[in-house]
Amino acid sequence: MNFGAIRAIFLYEMARFFRTLTQSLISPVISTSLYFVVFGAAIGSRIDEVEGVSYGAFIVPGLIMLSVMTQATSNASFGIYFPKFIGTIYEHLSAPVNFIEITIGYVGAAATKSLIIGVIILVTAGFFVDLQIAHPVAMVAFLLLTCISFALLGFIIGIWAGNFEQLQLIPLLVITPLVFLGGSFYSITMLPPAWQVVTLFNPVVYLISGFRWAFFGTADVPVAISLIAITVFTGLCLAAIWWIFKTGWRLRQ
Amino acid sequence: MPAIVKVTDLTKRYNDGFEALKGVNLEIEEGEIIALLGPNGAGKTTLISTICGITMPTSGTITVGGYDTVTKYREARAQIGLVPQELNLEPFETPMRTTRFSRGLFGKPPNDAYLKEVLTELSLGDKLDAGIRTLSGGMKRRVLIAKALSHEPRVLFLDEPTAGVDVELRKEMWAVVDKLRANGTTIILTTHYIEEAEAIADRIAVINKGEILLVERKDELMRQMGQKVLRIELTAPIAEIPEALAAYGLSLGEDGCMLDYTYDVTGERTGITRLLGDLAGAGLKMRDLHTKQSSLEEIFVGLVKEGA
Ligand SMILES: Nc1ncnc2c1ncn2[C@@H]1O[C@H](COP(=O)(O)OP(=O)(O)O)[C@@H](O)[C@H]1O
Ligand SMILES: [Mg+2]
Repeated sequence: MNFGAIRAIFLYEMARFFRTLTQSLISPVISTSLYFVVFGAAIGSRIDEVEGVSYGAFIVPGLIMLSVMTQATSNASFGIYFPKFIGTIYEHLSAPVNFIEITIGYVGAAATKSLIIGVIILVTAGFFVDLQIAHPVAMVAFLLLTCISFALLGFIIGIWAGNFEQLQLIPLLVITPLVFLGGSFYSITMLPPAWQVVTLFNPVVYLISGFRWAFFGTADVPVAISLIAITVFTGLCLAAIWWIFKTGWRLRQ
Repeated sequence: MPAIVKVTDLTKRYNDGFEALKGVNLEIEEGEIIALLGPNGAGKTTLISTICGITMPTSGTITVGGYDTVTKYREARAQIGLVPQELNLEPFETPMRTTRFSRGLFGKPPNDAYLKEVLTELSLGDKLDAGIRTLSGGMKRRVLIAKALSHEPRVLFLDEPTAGVDVELRKEMWAVVDKLRANGTTIILTTHYIEEAEAIADRIAVINKGEILLVERKDELMRQMGQKVLRIELTAPIAEIPEALAAYGLSLGEDGCMLDYTYDVTGERTGITRLLGDLAGAGLKMRDLHTKQSSLEEIFVGLVKEGA
């Protein structure tokens, strides 16, 4: 194992993040605050409680998930797409590194960045609402798994993408809608029964439900299913990456 | 001495079916500078890319420092530094940061002192922390060289280091290569400029359409270039070269009317006067005489045309 290479990729990516620290951190903080103003204050004043939790607190896990998923995906996809785009990928291909090391480097950095952003949103939220965390260990586990799995997904997108439009396509057309419709701002039990069934095909529902359970002890779907869902998703991403590197798909002719 | 880079029966077929390398054999000795000379599209970049691991060989084997580049890729690649043809650099990085990254990618422990030394050797000492986007083309090329040298390789590949560069910069690059060789680094460079191969290489390999047409020491090529051919046209064809003229190493043209005599212009005597005397003595009558000189250019063009 070339740990030096993992370290080099990880630090290089993190350095990019810290160089643009203000925009990396200010923007999630501002958008989270805006969500609180719009959803927490404006709508929350009309909805007292959801499942025994104040609406303002209820949306916190969904808000964190929303940012973490989009940030992990876009960071990892950009991280590996950029060297392809400007041609510096030749270095990765001609260095004594294998796909596991490259993946750990980029996915690790993207997951770390999104984790930092998730924690900052959590702290920001603490200024607006009273938060209790019922199952801290499960909360951390869900958060970590989400960071990692969506960074893996982003990595795949970055390798697949042939141009910047494609790079934005999946996050925009798939992830954002799934997250918004995944119960970030509402409990799916609030939906008409037919829509509840449709929603169960949205994988994000399981993540947000499990994550919210870790906070408040209430869930839309059983926690075990949430855990299985995220594990399967992570496994699928890993398998896809393994296949990509094994075949050299889109990277090495 | 065993070859530091050994390419055996290498073929490369791209996904679109195009065969860019058609059975290349090449041995490179440690410490030498070898120029891969060939026109655009000859397969130079493909050959380098396949040795360095950017593309996979279709068939054949490559070893670097005795290690197979596919099965022992870590050991093989650890010995290679690659300077690509394009100026592939991140505009918002700095020479120091980007060389640090390259060194790390090769699993080497950080060593900023060494990296500074390399960058300074390449006249980038005052640009260590400058934005790469602010550097000139020649400086960017040298940043790429520093990146390639960052992990202290034994073999350095330079893909068209002076393509599209003015004379001044080309001379500067040659000086850089000279310096590197003095440190004992083996250098493989590709070029489509004959003068470049002539100026810095120890050996020259001519490549065209995916095939190596010739590998020769430069001084041997130069010696051939120092040779002139005297062509003697006879009035009547002869079946074979007379016994009396055997010592001249003449070659007889197909029609029997043409005799070629090769001589060295750098030698003290050319032997022409004596040859002409002996020709008359053998009873041969001349219609015409002319001489031609071969140059590397001519050898090159001839080879490339033959392949066409
Ligand atoms: N990725 C590729 N896919 C298909 N053909 C390629 C690819 N890269 C290069 N070629 C073709 O292979 C031939 C050799 O290219 P290259 O090795 O770049 O030549 P050189 O470096 O000598 O100019 C060219 O005809 C080129 O079009
Ligand atoms: Mg080329």
